[in-house]
Amino acid sequence: MTDSLANQAAQATPPRVARKIRGFSDRAIAWIFVAPTIFLLLAINIFPLIWTIQLSFTNFKANRLNREPEFIGLRNYERILTDSDIWLNMQATAHFLFWTITLQVLIGFALAWLIHRNFKGSNFWTTVIVLPMMLSPAVVGNFWKFLYQPQIGLFNYIVTFFTGGEASSFEMLGSVNLAPWSIVIVDTWMWTPFVMLICLAGLRSIPDYIYEAAEVDRASKLRQFFTITIPMVLPFLMLAVLFRGIENFKMFDLVVQLTGGGPGSTTELTSINLKREAFEKWRTGYASAYAIILFVTVFGLASIYVKALNKVKER
Amino acid sequence: MKRFNGAAIGAALACSVSVPTLAAADDLTLCWAAWDPANALVELSKEFEAQSGHTMNFEFIPWPNFADRMLNELNSGGKLCDLLIGDSQWIGGGAENGHYVKLNDFFDSEGISMDDFAPATVYAYSTWPKGTPNYYALPAMGDANGWFYRKDWFADPEIQAAFKEAKGRDLAEPKSQKELLEIAQFFQGREIDGKTVYGASIFTERGSEGITMGITSALYPWGFKYENTPGSYDMEGAVNSAEAVEALEFYKEFYETATPPGYTNSYMGESLDAFKSGQVAMAMNWFAFFPGLYADPNTGGDKIDFFVNPPQNQAGSTLGGQGISVVAYSEKQDAALEYIKWFANPEVQAKWWSLGGYSAHNSVLNDPGFVDSAPFAGDFLEAMGAVQDFWQEPAYAELLLAMQKRMHDYVVADQGTAKEALDKLVEDWTEVFEDEGKL
Repeated sequence: MTDSLANQAAQATPPRVARKIRGFSDRAIAWIFVAPTIFLLLAINIFPLIWTIQLSFTNFKANRLNREPEFIGLRNYERILTDSDIWLNMQATAHFLFWTITLQVLIGFALAWLIHRNFKGSNFWTTVIVLPMMLSPAVVGNFWKFLYQPQIGLFNYIVTFFTGGEASSFEMLGSVNLAPWSIVIVDTWMWTPFVMLICLAGLRSIPDYIYEAAEVDRASKLRQFFTITIPMVLPFLMLAVLFRGIENFKMFDLVVQLTGGGPGSTTELTSINLKREAFEKWRTGYASAYAIILFVTVFGLASIYVKALNKVKER
Repeated sequence: MKRFNGAAIGAALACSVSVPTLAAADDLTLCWAAWDPANALVELSKEFEAQSGHTMNFEFIPWPNFADRMLNELNSGGKLCDLLIGDSQWIGGGAENGHYVKLNDFFDSEGISMDDFAPATVYAYSTWPKGTPNYYALPAMGDANGWFYRKDWFADPEIQAAFKEAKGRDLAEPKSQKELLEIAQFFQGREIDGKTVYGASIFTERGSEGITMGITSALYPWGFKYENTPGSYDMEGAVNSAEAVEALEFYKEFYETATPPGYTNSYMGESLDAFKSGQVAMAMNWFAFFPGLYADPNTGGDKIDFFVNPPQNQAGSTLGGQGISVVAYSEKQDAALEYIKWFANPEVQAKWWSLGGYSAHNSVLNDPGFVDSAPFAGDFLEAMGAVQDFWQEPAYAELLLAMQKRMHDYVVADQGTAKEALDKLVEDWTEVFEDEGKL
C-alpha cells in the first residue's frame, strides 16, 4: 500500500522536479523539510534570545532611540543581584509558587481520587469542578476582587459568619499579611482542576489487575495506596507540578487584576516587576538582564526537574 | 456628441473645483484619556468638522492604561494619533525624543500667543525645557486635584452640633490640611441615615500614578520641593525634608484613620464611586470630574459642594491637566495644526468651558462672570494659582514608578518610616538621574 502510494507520488511529480530531487541525498531532502521549522525557530526564539543577551550588557532604553546605547559590562546583572527589592520580589514569587503547587497537588489529587470512585453523577461533578479553569484570568481576577471586598464581599462575610466579628474587620487584598494568601487562594481555586484532570488520567491508567493481585496478596487499602497508586501516579503528578510551576513562575494577569502587586510590593511577583522595568520604565538593557536571570533560573530548575521526572518514569 | 462633450467638460470642471476640497479633507484621530471631558471634546469638535471638512475620530483610553498605551504608541513611532492630549509629565520625553512637533513657528505664523493662556498652564503643559519659550503643546485642559463634600451632611443641624461638641468649632469647609483630617476623622464610622459612613476617599492606587498624586496633595501644602535649587537635581534635604516627612506621616494617618475599609488601591473611579454611593463625606479628585459630580441626580446639585486643596504651610495643589500636541509621526500634520488653530480661538475656548472642559484661555478665566459660572469655578481659579507638578523629565516614568513604590510601601503596606521612604526615594531618583547623565 505504502509502496503504491510512493509510486503514485513519484509518477505525479513533474519530470523536471523529479530530476532535481533525484540529485539530492536523503539527508539533503530531510534538511529541506526541516529547514523552514529551524528558520522559524531561529527567527522567533534564538535570535531574540541572543539579542536580549546582547542588550543585557548595555544601558539601552527602547524609548530613547535617539540616544546611543553604551556597553556597561555586567553592571545590570550586578545591580539586579544586589538589589534587596528584587530579592523581595523573588521571595514573593517563591511563596506563591510553593503554596499554590502544594495546595493544588494535595487538593487536586484528593479530588481526582474521589472522582475516580465513579459514583453516581461523577461526570457532572467533574464538569463543575473544571469550570474555573475555563475562565479568563482577567475575569477571575475581577470576580475575586469583588468577593474579597471587605464591605460587600462574600468572602469576608463567609469567614466572619463562622468566626464572628465585623466583615470589614480584615482586608484580604489590602493587608500585607493576607494579600500573599489571597492570590494563592485564587490561583488554587482556578488551577486545582487542571492538576485533578492530570491525576485522574494517572489513576485511570493503572490497570485493575494490579489491585486485584494486591487483593489476592491481602495487601491493605493503605498499602495498595502507597505501593501501587502513588508510585504509578507520580510521573503524572510530577508533570502537573512542572506545568504549574512554569505557569506560576510567569504569573502576571491574575495578580495584576487582584492586587496590582500591592499592598506596597507584597505581591509584586518577578513577572510584574519585569514588566514594569521593561515597558513602563523602559529600562530595556536592565530588563533584558533581569529576563536572562529569570530564564536561566527557570531553565536550570526545569532541567533538573525533568531529569528527576525521567528517572521516576524509568522505575 | 456635442452635448455629451459639454456634459463631460462640465463634470470635469466640477471635479476640478471640488478636488482641492476633497484632497484637503482628512480623517484625523485625536487620542486622549476616557473621561468626562473627552465626551465634551467630541461635542465641541463637531463644529471643527463642519467648518474644515475634516473628519474627527477619537481614541480614548481608560486612565489606568492611558500612559502605557500612549507611550508605547509614541515610542514605536505609531501613526494612530494625529493629535494627542498627553499628560503634562510627558512633555519632556515628547520633546526630547522627537514625538511632538515643535509649535513655535506655527504659533508665530498663525498669531497664536502663549500670553493668551494662563501662565501656570503654559509653563506646565507647553514648554520644554521648563519655562523656556519652546512650545510643544497648546494648553488644552486645565486641571488640579481638589475636594468635594456632602453639603447636606455638613448642613445637618444634628451633625453640626455633634461636630461642635467634639471639636469645639463649627463644621465648615476646612481651612487647613489638619482641619481636613479632623473633619474626615469626625465622619469616620458615623451613622448617617441608618448607614455607616466614612471620612474621605483619597488616592492610594499602586499601578499607575494614583498614590503619588494623592500624596503630593499633602506634600505641596507642607512646602515640598523636588530640588534645593531648581535644575540642579540636588534632592537631598529637599525631597526628604522635615516638612516632607511630616506631610507623609499626615497622609498615612489620613489613610489609616479616615478612609473606608478596602480602599487600598483606589484612584479616580473608586473616589467617585465612594462618594456617589454615599459612603464618604468628602473625596479628593480632579476638577475635570466636578461638572459630572454636580450634575449627578443622587449626590449632586444642592447636596454637593467643592473646595480647593487646603493649605498648610502654604497653598498648594497637585497639577493635572494636559496640553494638545501634534504627533511627529502623523502624516496629517497640516490638518492637525488646523485643529489646534481652531481650538485656540477664544470663542471655541468659551464653548469648551461651557461644555464641561476646563479652558486655560485668559479670555475665559478672566471673564467677570467666570467665577459664578459654576459652583467650582472659583475654586478652580484658586487652585490653578498654586499648582505644582511632578517631574516632567524624559525619564518621568521611572521617577514616578519609584515614588509609587516607596509611597505605597510606607502608607498602605506600613513598611518603615516616612523618613526611610523619602530617603529611599532620593536614592532611586539619584540613580535615575545618574543613568540619564544629569548627575
